Amino acid sequence: MSTWHDYLKEEGHAPDWPYPIRYDQEQEVNSDVLVIGGGIAGCWAAISAARLGLSVVLVEKGDTIRSGAGGPGCDHWCNAPANPLSNVDPDEWAEHMADRPYGNGIGVQIQCREDWDTLLEMEQMGGKIRDTKDEYKGAEGRDAKTKLMISPRYTKVHSYVPGMIKPITFKSNPEGKLNNVVIRVWGSTFKPALKKECKRLGVKIYDRVMVTSLLNENGIQGGRVVGATGVNNRTGEFLVFKSKSAVLATAGGGSMWMINTELSGYSNMMSRTITGDGTVMAWRAGASLTNMENTGVLRIATGLKHKWYTGAGDASYENVPLVDARGKRLPLPIQGWEDAGAMAPTMKVEEEIRQGIKTGKYELPFYGDFPAMAAVERRATWNLMLGEESTTKIIIDTFNKAGYNESRDLLQSYKYIEGNSLPQWGEPGYGGGVLVDWNLKTTLDGLYAAGTQMFSPEDHSYAAATGRYAGRKAAAYAREAVEPKISRAQIDREKKRVYAPIKRTGGMDWKELHAGIARTMQFYVSEFKTENLLKMGLGTLSKIEKESVPLLFAMDPHKLMRSLEDTSLLTYAQIIIQAMLKRKASSLPLNFRRIDYPELDPPEWNKYLTLALKDGKVKTGSLPQAFWGNMKKQYEAHNKEYAGVYKKK
Amino acid sequence: MAKAKVVAKEKVIAMPNIVSPNKPVTFNEDICNGCNHCVEVCQIDVYLHNPQKGNPPMILHPDECWYCGCCVNDCPRPGAIAFNWPLEQRGYWKNKATGEVHQI
Repeated sequence: MSTWHDYLKEEGHAPDWPYPIRYDQEQEVNSDVLVIGGGIAGCWAAISAARLGLSVVLVEKGDTIRSGAGGPGCDHWCNAPANPLSNVDPDEWAEHMADRPYGNGIGVQIQCREDWDTLLEMEQMGGKIRDTKDEYKGAEGRDAKTKLMISPRYTKVHSYVPGMIKPITFKSNPEGKLNNVVIRVWGSTFKPALKKECKRLGVKIYDRVMVTSLLNENGIQGGRVVGATGVNNRTGEFLVFKSKSAVLATAGGGSMWMINTELSGYSNMMSRTITGDGTVMAWRAGASLTNMENTGVLRIATGLKHKWYTGAGDASYENVPLVDARGKRLPLPIQGWEDAGAMAPTMKVEEEIRQGIKTGKYELPFYGDFPAMAAVERRATWNLMLGEESTTKIIIDTFNKAGYNESRDLLQSYKYIEGNSLPQWGEPGYGGGVLVDWNLKTTLDGLYAAGTQMFSPEDHSYAAATGRYAGRKAAAYAREAVEPKISRAQIDREKKRVYAPIKRTGGMDWKELHAGIARTMQFYVSEFKTENLLKMGLGTLSKIEKESVPLLFAMDPHKLMRSLEDTSLLTYAQIIIQAMLKRKASSLPLNFRRIDYPELDPPEWNKYLTLALKDGKVKTGSLPQAFWGNMKKQYEAHNKEYAGVYKKK
Repeated sequence: MAKAKVVAKEKVIAMPNIVSPNKPVTFNEDICNGCNHCVEVCQIDVYLHNPQKGNPPMILHPDECWYCGCCVNDCPRPGAIAFNWPLEQRGYWKNKATGEVHQI
């Protein structure tokens, strides 16, 4: 017996819910600093606040030991230009990174200045960052003295596509040596070490608790954040977290683009749990969001899960030559030393291959020619990079167990045989998030944000460095702050909203709601955007809110969590459309095209749009590109007390 | 891969279609000691503790699994739990020397 159906057949009845049911029961938890989300950013925030001697509570929807996008592992510590092997100045590299329009100069400056320190602390906690067992002696990028392994990624410029960013000569690297800013790491060791350190420091962890709302001082929207409410997704117990400051370390809303209610793990790169809860609770509390109209490229279908993508956007093929069915080398970039770590082909190369397939020049399917690689490079890619990356560890293990031998066998690629993602399935909302300042403080007092929760976020090391930074800033605020005043009326309102789905015995289940929201976005927020279509989308979402949400029912605390997540997604979808309606222009870097405003990036629209909720109305504003000012000066002005790497007590 | 169960005589009961994929992992009951570590590391809460102590957990929400692999990666008893990719997701490879094509 391993499935529910087996159990039912064997026992003749459904299993009892194995956890005690505590609906309507309430527990109050007090702390100086509250961290919402126990992924990479959240754990680092909790650790850094606790090291400053404050009482810290960490709340996580899953279990902190492996939760979050970086939970299973991490193969690259990106953008650590302060590492001893780097050939570029961290400030210059940060400026180069922030040169991309609609990025986040604050976050990248913090990452570039502090993520080497962060990595050294990771090592102190038991994370593996060096080839201490000499397994990869002779691999390119391995430094014999420090045993650090530099990755080919971004060896020349910070770019995914060769030629997308002009090669520049850094003042700090006039000879144009390789930049050496990215380090290979054994990231599967990280998350358990972070949880252990949280515990060692006395951080109180509440696993399997979903935070449902932020509490404003005296319940006034737009006021200081003084805590949050949560619901245990195993017992249904209600929790009230009272704190002097809070760090929002949740993620975006990627699961909105799962159209299929089954096979959910396969129809999108992101986890089911990424449901925009944090963005939406910040929104409801009155915080400003920005970049919500930014549209990613939907990493849909099978390419990024368990099959291999060819030279585009995924790390699967680092340094692996790509060949056609006859063994002929393809002109695709290999994300390696020879092409400066570029990840995606140029349009020209892409077109050449497409034509080549049609004329017979290249024969499908294509393969990764692992056997052609030098043994040590093959091991570095297969065992270290793929073996330590988030969800690929299990992939290589499963292939090997099934008989695949990387020194003998070619690994099939699916890029051209499965087709590309449909153009209308972009990923609107990708890169949107909470607006922050140089303290990573949001527009609300007492509320800080880190990692993917901020607008225009980056990757694992970014989440770590910004989490660590937000933790110390939230701690500094909490140290000076007066006692929080929560509002009973706000808690009661939220409690009523949270428990509504379990008070009903029938109606609509969360999966139907989820698919309904996803379909609405697919219809009206697709390739063809016009004022009318966007408004129709908003109308449909509003109909869902009025007619379907009041029917939502949940049979147990787990499904209650899923139901609440989908109410977050509904609001998240509405915010995306609101932002899109406000931007009356098209933009290439935002991957945002309106038919009624076709001109790309007209100068007057070259700005960030901000949105916030005030008295039930959406208030918009704007900020110029690079609104953060001189990155080096601003960083230094805000971090005079920064002490560098933590000295373990 | 999952093994089909053959039962000589089975009472037929009315059941809804099962969600698919239904078995993201399979357990080897001889190796698994029911420690439930996989239940704890699961990001999604796909599993439930087995009501019978010492037995493998029950897969309650297979349709929510996103195949992150933590349960298999972190299992303290190798071989107790194995990945079981849905049919439409099983990857291919080719022996470079012989040209023979294989699939998981």
